[in-house]
Amino acid sequence: MVSSFKEALESGKFVVTCEVAPPKGTNLNTMKHHIELLKDRVDAMNVTDHQSSVMRFPSLGGALLVKEMGGEPILQMTCRDRNRLAMQADLLFASSRGISNVLCLTGDAIVLGDHKQAKAVFDLDSSQLLYTVRQLEKGKDLGGNDLDGVPSFCAGAIVTPEADPLEPQLIKFEKKIEAGADFIQTQAVYDLDRFKSFMTYARQFQVKILAGIILLTSAPMARFMNNNIAGVNVPQDLIDELASAPKGKALAKGIEIAGRMIRRIQDENMCDGVHIMAIGKEEKTVDIMAAAGLER
Amino acid sequence: MIRSITIQKSMDKLERLLEGSARIFIIGCGTCVTLTHTGGETETAAMADNLTKNGKLVTGRIVTPVACDNLSSEMLVSCQGQIRQADCLLVMTCAFGVQTIARQLMKLTIPALDTIFIGKETSVGRFDEICIQCGDCFIGETGGICPVTACHKGLVNGPCGGTNKGKCEIDMNKDCAWTSIYKRLMDLEHLDSMRKFHPPRSYHTEPKPGKWSLASIA
Repeated sequence: MVSSFKEALESGKFVVTCEVAPPKGTNLNTMKHHIELLKDRVDAMNVTDHQSSVMRFPSLGGALLVKEMGGEPILQMTCRDRNRLAMQADLLFASSRGISNVLCLTGDAIVLGDHKQAKAVFDLDSSQLLYTVRQLEKGKDLGGNDLDGVPSFCAGAIVTPEADPLEPQLIKFEKKIEAGADFIQTQAVYDLDRFKSFMTYARQFQVKILAGIILLTSAPMARFMNNNIAGVNVPQDLIDELASAPKGKALAKGIEIAGRMIRRIQDENMCDGVHIMAIGKEEKTVDIMAAAGLER
Repeated sequence: MIRSITIQKSMDKLERLLEGSARIFIIGCGTCVTLTHTGGETETAAMADNLTKNGKLVTGRIVTPVACDNLSSEMLVSCQGQIRQADCLLVMTCAFGVQTIARQLMKLTIPALDTIFIGKETSVGRFDEICIQCGDCFIGETGGICPVTACHKGLVNGPCGGTNKGKCEIDMNKDCAWTSIYKRLMDLEHLDSMRKFHPPRSYHTEPKPGKWSLASIA
């Protein structure tokens, strides 16, 4: 069965994905609220996997919840916490329950999270996880054994278009495509002229690209990202614009900026769509889409 | 030269390990731990003072030339009495030394140090981990820099998204292995070897615990 997300990617329309975050605990009310709010407005929603190495309700459980509520989930899987047996098992389980999109990630380092003493796994890396997905689809596991029942996935990965230096990142990007990525969601981009030059390069590959949009909530938050998040570079003029917002209006300004960027990406046909990350303010995804003229 | 890099355990941990031992014999080493100032002449003397202040009786101390070699019979004879009087041996060497001593002397052996890695002195007083003995050497395609060791995540297909201006996401004092490999391969005009995809690695090399014999003996 082809996922509705894959159909959207192949339809040529401007695709919109967003992010929902599983809770720290068993209270799913906020997550359910976000899913209810967004499921009919976006083409798919990513469910994060212990984002920033912070232990949470699992992405697999969250993706199942999205599915049960009638949404289209993209299961995020990092290689940090599971070895190849566990990863393959989770892929089989996901497929059996109708979760047919997976985003393959290496995963942040353990020491950046809230369980600093834990053992990191990294048995596979992101490109090898993509390779694993494609092997399972051929009816074989990584041990070369036959599968009874074969999964099928729309599989993706990420790229950081503003990595410094960029070329090693692009080499990895090409390996991900070679390993079988159908789509790429990028790390947050803010300098759209630089993103355009990345896209000039990326257009030569048969892969759908969704530009990452992280909602800026204030000037200090933007500065924090510049100082602490690898590959994120908020230009000074955007920081100044956020700082110039009247007291209490910085978030509204951030929504306006995100909407403006998405509109420009769409108007100039830069890439195949956007991936909106309103981290911690998922309900604002609706306002960002409205600001971008993407009301659905 | 290969060096064992060690740091001293916290005094809290040492107190716990030494609980119930009133008389202690201290052993240091003249090789790696002398270089890293964790178990040489000065450090064993300071430990003896510290323990004495804390009410322990130090029966004696010695700095062996190379603790990971078996102790010489001359040395054992010279310290025999002091060792016999002690309730335990507090060994200020790397884990190779501790284990060699523990095998040789039938005496409760307490490590005073933690061995954090096997490394190399890359400049005066600076030590880097360069090999984790993974059993599947990659460096033929990475310009002689080991990604299994030098990349925090041991990635073999290129950098993760945490690479940041040539540094690692876990610590800005640590180089991103893949930026170093990229630069080296550029200099060597061999960047194409970075483009080769490595399928999932085999960790089934020499299963722990490693054991190997010369063919002539096997």
